[in-house]
Amino acid sequence: MHRKMRVSLSSTFQLADGPGSTLDVQAETIAEMMASLTDRYTDFAALLERGVAVSINGQIYRDDWTQAIPADAEVFLIPRIEGG
Amino acid sequence: MGHEQKYVDKKYEVVGTRFNRPDGIDKVTGKARYGADASAPGQLVGRVLRSPHAHAQIVKINTAKAEKLPGVKSIVTSADLPDLTGGDQGLADILENCLARGRALYDGHAIAAVAAVDEQTAAKALKLIEVKYKKLPHVTDVDEAMSESAPVIHDRIFTRGVEPKPSKPSNIAARTQMGYGDVDVGFAEADVIIEKTYKTEQTHQGYIEPHACLASVNPDGSAELWVTTQGHFVFRNVCASLLGLDIAKLKVTSSEIGGGFGGKTHVWGEPVALALSRKANRPVKMVMGRDEVFRGTGPTSSTSIDVKMGAKKDGTITAAVAEMRYQGGAFPGNWAMLACMTAFACYDIKNNKSVGWDVVVNRPKVAAYRAPSAPMAAFAVESTIDLLAKEVGISPIDMRLKNVAREGTQAPYGPTYGPIGIEHTLKAVKDHPHMRAKLKKNQGRGVACGFWFNIGGQTCTDLNISVDGTVNLTLGTVDVGGSRSSMAMIAAEELGIPYDQVRANIADTTSLGHNDMTEGSRGTFSSGMATIFAARDAISVLKQRAAQMWGVPEEDVIWENGQAIATGEGHGNLPALTLQEIAAKSGRTGGPIAGHNEVVADGAGMGFASHICDVEVDPETGRSSIVRYTVVQDAGKAINPDYVEGQFQGGATQGIGWALNEEYIYGDDGCLQNPGFLDYRIPVCSDLPFIDTKILEVPNPLHPYGVRGVGETSIVPPLAAVGNAIANATGVRMTHAPMSPPRVLAAIDAQENAG
Repeated sequence: MHRKMRVSLSSTFQLADGPGSTLDVQAETIAEMMASLTDRYTDFAALLERGVAVSINGQIYRDDWTQAIPADAEVFLIPRIEGG
Repeated sequence: MGHEQKYVDKKYEVVGTRFNRPDGIDKVTGKARYGADASAPGQLVGRVLRSPHAHAQIVKINTAKAEKLPGVKSIVTSADLPDLTGGDQGLADILENCLARGRALYDGHAIAAVAAVDEQTAAKALKLIEVKYKKLPHVTDVDEAMSESAPVIHDRIFTRGVEPKPSKPSNIAARTQMGYGDVDVGFAEADVIIEKTYKTEQTHQGYIEPHACLASVNPDGSAELWVTTQGHFVFRNVCASLLGLDIAKLKVTSSEIGGGFGGKTHVWGEPVALALSRKANRPVKMVMGRDEVFRGTGPTSSTSIDVKMGAKKDGTITAAVAEMRYQGGAFPGNWAMLACMTAFACYDIKNNKSVGWDVVVNRPKVAAYRAPSAPMAAFAVESTIDLLAKEVGISPIDMRLKNVAREGTQAPYGPTYGPIGIEHTLKAVKDHPHMRAKLKKNQGRGVACGFWFNIGGQTCTDLNISVDGTVNLTLGTVDVGGSRSSMAMIAAEELGIPYDQVRANIADTTSLGHNDMTEGSRGTFSSGMATIFAARDAISVLKQRAAQMWGVPEEDVIWENGQAIATGEGHGNLPALTLQEIAAKSGRTGGPIAGHNEVVADGAGMGFASHICDVEVDPETGRSSIVRYTVVQDAGKAINPDYVEGQFQGGATQGIGWALNEEYIYGDDGCLQNPGFLDYRIPVCSDLPFIDTKILEVPNPLHPYGVRGVGETSIVPPLAAVGNAIANATGVRMTHAPMSPPRVLAAIDAQENAG
């Protein structure tokens, strides 16, 4: 049974058919959350192409989609950054 | 095998001490092999023909005369690199940047390349290639490029992130907005409001070693590339995609690297060298001249930034707005977006808003430069904070401490911070003896803060134990700052053996799984994590072998101080087996002993720093000299403090160069006027005092040792620290970096003339 959670979008992300700056999803892991959002919002895949990282309780995960999302965690989708 | 990533507080034997780097002897004796130090039988010399125009249509390229020149073995143009990018615009941009496709987009854009038997023949052949250009209008300034009247560089760019969606193309690739709260409400609460506009000029990473490679492609599609790079696995994947090679058949070996700082995360001439080799069926060596490095490879953005900040009389910042315009060169980037994420990241400001505009101009494709985009934003924000502090009558440090971000503060990009070290660095600065040192005439002191995210990423590491007990550690993250030393220390710490028993090497791409770039301050964080886990894998094998040698259950064996100890009932009196003793018997107990790990090392802790700068300004010439400089930064855990300090000092030095001298200067023709170290002056040792450092250790909760990245943050504060120091020395607020002698002198004169 997947957990319900609220995901906040960085203000630079906009989904044409999304409800706004927060999205409700059911997932246990980052991969499940991404799959659910891709299924539900037509332009989420394009957002992923641009690069998305996930902040869970302030820790940023860029690549590890196996990461479990704890109950009541603060989850933010932010731009995927690189460095120099 | 799963491993625990969380931080565990413990005492260290090796980690935290200081050892010389294993590559040190080769480097100081000149034996180290850099990008230009490889050769192959029958190799050719590759040279590139570059555009002399800022923007031009390539009407025709005629290579017939050059091809007939004796000694010329191959010539390539974009026709020899067909577009295999399959709709991936980012990859298509890289391809077009490597060799122009119909248009030259900036002065120095590669147009064609030649491979010949020697340097002279290659140079002669370049002159025989006839290119017919039709010059097009150009724009190199970020503000001008945004105007309605600017020539539009790409008709495919429609500004992303604005509503309604634009109906016509422009040079504005994207608008980004970050922040939270209501800035209008915040400004209404403010007793003091400061508004300023800042400019920063384009700078280059200035690595001493130019780009260089040796490429060899065989008719069967197998190929080799020796190259100076920050990430040979990524270079392999990109080059294979652009040339249509199978990834596994392209072996890339990273040479020693003479500096990268972000500039060697991109491919530039490497696909061209491979294409020349494929056509000639011979190895091709290509080494850029310094002018090519400046004209043809990625510098950082030039910027134009408006900042407005308001504060109460008690120093509380009530609102902050930044509007930041960053140019990405001739191709779109996300540089302004990064500025939006970092500009106010050091502070807890209830109402903040950052708007970023990513813009294209006729300049080289911008590449990352150490904490990309953050130094320019910090220059604007940290300068404005000093102005606010002065206005409300609070010291610059107390002003910053009053508003500092802490664990639980919401970051401007959304999430809530975990444990972070910015407050620790500010308090350390406040208590530092440097702050109490007396200043002389014409001297001033400035402080400034900086932030950078740091990243992790894919990492793969092998650890092999030899029969004499010495250890080979095989890494895939390129060592750009002494990481081989740190990795060997970590392996020694885990195994419980001396540092000099471990030899760390960087493997080629056929010897390990994929490793991401050494970028984003990730080397020690991510390869360190993989090394810990690989060593723990090896220890489990060592324990199993010891159990076998003793004939006791494996669960009765523990590993302590480099030896196996039997702890179970009835065999507690067995003598311990050292790593060397177990290794010596490995051939008869199951074969070689090794550990391995592949990991996606996410959870890199954020980096924060505060700097102190003393400057002396000559009022006659406007020349600023750095008198004293101190870096205070949170490292999470310093594995080898020598190299952490080296990173702090290196970042500060580059930031000081940016603050005082370095800039790309373009003529009205859109061509770069100063592509060389004589006219583009980076700081040398005699320009600077010893840069003092103080390492703070606020552990990163998601690294077993608490490591945070340290390579980038230290370039963020210097522009503002220097600017604040100049303001305190002269009473003149500089808003345009670099704050070179002519600019400072003009500002002093303007102030005096104003009375």
